Order: sequence, then structure tokens, then C-alpha cells
Amino acid sequence: MVIGATGPLRIVGGGTRSFGVAQGEVLSTAGLSGVTLYEPGALTLVVQAGTPLAEVEALLAGEGQALPFEPMDHRVILGTQGTPTMGGMVAANVSGPRRISVGACRDFLLGVRFVDGAGRVLKNGGRVMKNVTGYDLARLLAGSHGTLGVLTEVSLKVLPVARASVTLVLDGLEPVRAVQALSRALGSPYEVSGAAHVAAGQARTLIRLEGFAASVRYRAERLCAALAEFGDWQVVPEAADIWRDVRDVSALAGAGDIWRVSCRPSDAPGLAARVPGSDAVFDWGGGLIWLRAAPGTDVRAALGAFDGHATLIRAAPDVKARLGVFPQSAAPLAAIEAGLRARFDPRGVFNAGLMAPAGGVI
Amino acid sequence: MEMPLPDAGTLARKSDIVARLTAALPPGTVISDVAETRAYECDALSAYRCAPLAVALPRTTAEVATVLRLCHDMRVPVVPRGAGTSLAGGSLPTADSVVLGVARLNAVLETDLPNRTIRVGSGRTNLSVTGAVEADGFFYAPDPSSQLACAIAGNIAMNSGGAHCLKYGVTTNNLLGVTMVTMDGTVHEIGGAYLDAGGLDLLALICGSEGQLGVVTEATLRILPKPEGARPVLIGYDSSEVAGACVSDIIKAGVLPVAIEFMDRPCIEATEAFAHAGYPDCEALLIVEVEGSPAEIDEQLAIILEIARRHDPVELRESASAEESARIWLGRKSAFGAMGQMGDYMCLDGTIPVSQLPFVLRRIGELSVQFGLKVGNVFHAGDGNMHPLIIYDANTPGQQEKCEALGAEILKLCVEVGGCLTGEHGVGIEKRDLMDYQFAPEDLDMQMAVKDVFDPGWLLNPAKVFPLAASAVRRMAAQ
Repeated sequence: MVIGATGPLRIVGGGTRSFGVAQGEVLSTAGLSGVTLYEPGALTLVVQAGTPLAEVEALLAGEGQALPFEPMDHRVILGTQGTPTMGGMVAANVSGPRRISVGACRDFLLGVRFVDGAGRVLKNGGRVMKNVTGYDLARLLAGSHGTLGVLTEVSLKVLPVARASVTLVLDGLEPVRAVQALSRALGSPYEVSGAAHVAAGQARTLIRLEGFAASVRYRAERLCAALAEFGDWQVVPEAADIWRDVRDVSALAGAGDIWRVSCRPSDAPGLAARVPGSDAVFDWGGGLIWLRAAPGTDVRAALGAFDGHATLIRAAPDVKARLGVFPQSAAPLAAIEAGLRARFDPRGVFNAGLMAPAGGVI
Repeated sequence: MEMPLPDAGTLARKSDIVARLTAALPPGTVISDVAETRAYECDALSAYRCAPLAVALPRTTAEVATVLRLCHDMRVPVVPRGAGTSLAGGSLPTADSVVLGVARLNAVLETDLPNRTIRVGSGRTNLSVTGAVEADGFFYAPDPSSQLACAIAGNIAMNSGGAHCLKYGVTTNNLLGVTMVTMDGTVHEIGGAYLDAGGLDLLALICGSEGQLGVVTEATLRILPKPEGARPVLIGYDSSEVAGACVSDIIKAGVLPVAIEFMDRPCIEATEAFAHAGYPDCEALLIVEVEGSPAEIDEQLAIILEIARRHDPVELRESASAEESARIWLGRKSAFGAMGQMGDYMCLDGTIPVSQLPFVLRRIGELSVQFGLKVGNVFHAGDGNMHPLIIYDANTPGQQEKCEALGAEILKLCVEVGGCLTGEHGVGIEKRDLMDYQFAPEDLDMQMAVKDVFDPGWLLNPAKVFPLAASAVRRMAAQ
């Protein structure tokens, strides 16, 4: 299909994370489904790209394991239908609250098989935990949103699910104080695995601790004491639903444009305040801001210069076309990115114009 | 190991090349005296040596850009160098190259404790990054054995790991941003003190590219709060199979130790003779370390010891004090030195699926007998990163070749069971000619196409990573 393409192809996994404005005939990975290999004792999983994420999560749960980076479900804020797939998750490098402690989706990627723009089936990486053999094209493909190639198989490292979990909850903090509290927690030795502040609606600051029961209890006590100056923290056991809401940014599910801003955590409250009338959810200790702004707001212009970048996740197509979905790199880097796209996809077949202005020939 | 013939024209232009570099850079930056350039003739793969044309030791990113731009314009190859501790020949010069050492770019540029990041010059040593934040209760996680000497620049080039990466990941998982200069002298800023750089994930591409895409001059790194404490246990088994099964069960049980180290009999015997750590007389020895508060450590160790007992150990030693912990680690930490006492050694670095451990250890034993060379195994068992050490005598004619042939057989075995040639040392020149075993021609072609984008003239760190035959067409075309 790639070799025979005479026009652009739009690569679709489950169709739940259609951020951009890619054109063209649909290339679906739905037919590439199934688990190739799962070794719980080696924490290793190899799956076909079109395999539903839910199927994999159920398989892992059966062995007390999980995808530790907690991939978010974009259906909640995008209102999309369909079933998220493993390939889509990797292509968009989708992570959740636990990214702050264990790393992103790309950090757990061990290897890929993919089809490049010339129709060649290529592989990179493998199925082992440590691998520096040759250049790391696997991670380059993660987060490339299908603009470099079509993922057909992905290998991932998985981890055991923590046996116990508690969440420290405090209501009513201002964002500046909340991020200070989160920074203090993340700078402590108590292994925080989630650090969020939901400013939209009832302000609520959340800190998650996971591990063995006695250890979690101990760390919760110590952390409450260390953070006493911020208020009287309530310790809630489990709280999976709270973190699912943070992961899926449920607080911003209603109308309005949604932006995703990556920044220095301590800059986050000030940045959010630069966008008048916006609602915010701060995750990753403040390093990730989910902003809901009035439709059509140029949030990048409002934010001005800062250490980080902003992506427009939800907006009307005309707004996405006007403002651009993805942040654009500075000129010399943009040239390198364009050069890479030209090597991976010489004819500009894949998701043309999604991440950068279309440069191919199709 | 074959290296490309130096370009006679470049060699003949030496005085002109040196003069142009010297004129453009502050005094003391360029070294060209033959007696002095010899100090840069090799890295830690010292079996291969070749003095470069000249050495440049710039102090700033702008000076690095000047060196690269001039060499680019004069078409002189450049070999980037961190601290010269590569075990794979990653910074081996060619006779017609300029070595670009970043050791003088070693300052701490910014420490941001609330946001848990540090920005350093890339010549700074790994351990001194931790040194800069230790008093505040933080550390930099990747900890290669050479951490006292090795530079962050080299860690990034090779995507270095260490004993504790089972929990904390390798360099690519802890790198947030870089300033990098490409061969044409352009300075790029990629990422920064925030998570997940925008655009394509170029940080991932640069990390582990062995200095072939650009020269990193500054890096923003993630730092982590130090755990309250750590404690190891030592477990001895009378077979490698059982030890391997124990590792697998520990991982499955949901405990995540910071390290699971494995030593086999030849290695245990060598370290005992050398360091007298009091290790048991057994076939396989595990050191498992966990972190946390004393109560957390107790809880995790209870689970690990219960699993260990199930596998009928010949020895089980839990540390009760800092001295006992140090004693448990003593043998492991002196393992390379101990093996070095037995002769010259070659340290391999293949990684295998953990489930293949018993089979691979048995096959290595058979190959050792077949080649008549002693092999000791000491490695990171939790992630399958093997470190077979082949003992040989460099002064006996033919032994080095025999050792390399055995090394190649072991690495091919790693690939055959689903693993890879190198887990944390890099390809360099050492494993370059084995890349064909792991990759199909089109896989290598795609990787080389990436180099075409960053370094179209193929001038940066020549003759590394890709088999010379595979890169021949590109290198010819670039001339």
C-alpha cells in the first residue's frame, strides 16, 4: 500500500488521538493485532501495532504487571470513538501522571518494526532492556505521530503493579503554593509517583505514593509532616479514579480549546496566568500544564517566550490550521527535522503536514 | 580491526591545518607536537592506537564551533573525545583527524533544585555531577563503572548505563536537553529543563549516536533525591540456572531492586584471590540491593530472601552494617581489577533476554574451552546486560586475534538468542564489523541516512559504528 501510494496516506490505529489535520487515504493498522511475546519474568512485551491497548492492559494485569507510564485515554477530552492501540500510543508517545517518576512511553520502548516511506520493512532496537547497538531510531519514531513511518510492531518494558497506593489530598491551594508543595514532595526521598494540582473547579492538590503497604504508610506519614506548612493533608487509600481523572484531564472535558504545555515546573503557575480566562490542570509537579482557553485563543502568543513548548490538542479544524497543532522548532533544527523526514519518507506520503509544513512531493 | 587509510593530502597539509586552527583559537587550545598528541592515541580499548594529526581542547561552545567549522571547510575528519574511557574504541583517532576534546568544558552552569535539574559543560565527569548536588540531598542516577573519570559527553555519546539502571534507567532516560554543534559549526539548542522536548525526539537520536551526529557541549540532566538508605544481600547458588531462575522470580514478585549483580565461578575465584571479600565457594553469586528507609528495606529484603530460600541457596548473607555492605560489594567492585591480574582482558557487553541466561552461560563455557581462553562473567542480571571478560596474553603472538574471535562468537550468540551486541559500551570500532549480524542492510542504510542529514561530509568520528564496507559508498560520495 505504501509502495503503491499515489497520494498522501493518513495512518490510523484506533483513531482516538487524531490531534492534527492530516489528509489522505486511510492506512489502518487494525489488521496488525496480537501479542507476539510476553515474558513476565523478563518484564518484556512484544505486540503488533494495531493491538488494542485495553487487551494488552488486561493481559498484563493477569500477571500483576502494567505499562508503568500510565498512557492517557484521549477519548475523554477529544470525544473520539474507537479503541486506542499500542502503535498509536507509541507514535504519540502517550504518558500519564507516573511519567514524573518512571519516565515516558518512549523510555519504556525497547524496539520497533516499521515501514518507511519507500515501503521497506525496517527494525530498530530489540526486546532487551539495555541496547546501544546503532542509532536509536525507535525512540525517534515514538512521538513522531506517524510522520516518519508506519509502526507495525513495538517492544516494551513493563513493570509490576505496586501492591499498595495512597494519595495525599489538600484542597484550596493557590497554584504557586501548590507547585511549591509538589516540588517539595518530589525533592524528598519518599518516591512520589504522581504530583498534580487541579486548579479548574475546586482547587485540589494530589500526591501519590506507591509500593508495599508498610512502606507506603511510612512515607505518607513522613510526607504529611514535611508538607504540614501547606495545610492538613488528607490521606486517601487507592484513589485510582482520582488519578484516572488526572491522567485523562477529565476536569477540562467540556467546551473550549485544550493546550498541552511542557515547562519548568516552577514557571507553570505564572505561565497559566498569562492566558486570561483559562482553566488549568497541572501534572508532573507542574511540568505539564493542561490549559483550557476560549476557542481560537493564540495561547503560544499569550505565553510568549519560555523554557518549553505548547501543543494544541483540541480545537476546531480552522483554529488548528491557523495556529498549528505542534510547536515548530528553531530554524537550524527545523532543517534537520525536515532532512530526517525526507530520508524516512522521501515522497511525503505519511501524515503529510501533520507535524511540520509538508515538504514531500506527493 | 581495519581502519580506513589516512588521506595523504590531509597529512601533507598538516602545518597549514594546524596554523589555521591555532590562529582562530586562544593560545594553548591546539596541540600538534607529535610527543603531545600521542597522549590521545587511544582510549580504554588500548589494543588499538593511532596518534591524530592534531588535538584541539576548546573552552567554550563558540570555540568548539570554530574548530568544527574550520575542519569542515578544510575537509578534515574530527574525532570527539570526552575523557577517553571508551571500552569500544569510540574515540580512537585516525592519522588524518583532529581530536576535539571537551574536557575543559566542565563547569556547572545552573543548578535548579526545585525543578530537579542541573546544566553542566559536557566535559564534566559523571561523578562530579553528583558531587555538585550531593550536599543538597540529590544525585545523578546513571553510574557507569568508570564514573570517577568518564565525562558526560561520552555518557551521552554511548548512552551509558551502570549497575543501578535497573531502577533509574540509562543516560537517555535522564537527559533533558543539550547544546550541540554540528560538523558545519551550527550551534543547536535541543530540549531544556522540561520533560519531553518538542518536535521530533532528537535527544533520543543524539544519545547513543557515538559522536557521529554532533558534538555536545552542554547538557541539562535530571537529578533525583537520594534515597534514605540502601542495603545488599549476597546469595550463592550451585548452578547458574538456579541463580537465573531466582532473578526471574524476584522480578516477577513485584520487587524492584536497584541492582541485581551476577558473578560466575571463574570470576568469584579471581576476586577472592585478589580482594578476599569472603565470597562463598559456589557456581553463581548474586548481589541484590534495595533502597529506602530501614523499614522499607526490611520489607523488600524479606520478600527477596523468601524467594532466594525457595531456590535452595548454598549461602545467604544479609548485611547488618555499612561495613558488611561494603564487604559484599568489595568483590564485585574489584572484579575487573581481579580479572586484570590474570592477564590482559577484553570486556564484552552483549545483552540477552533474561530467560536465556542459563543457556548463554553454558554456551560461553563451551566456547571458552573450545578457544582455550578463560572467560569470567560478571554482569547486571536484572536487565540481561552481560559482561564476559576474556583473559588473554597480548604478548603471545596470535592471542589477541584468538580473543577477538572468541568475543565475536559470544556476541553473535547474544544476537542469536534475541539480544544485542552492546548494552551500554557502544559499538565504536570494536563491534563495528559485527553490525551485519544484528541488522539487515536496509536497517543499517536507514541509520546511515540519519548521519547523512547531520554530517553530509561523513567527517565526524570516522570509521565507527558502521562496517566500512557498508559505509564505503557514502564516504566516497562525500569526498
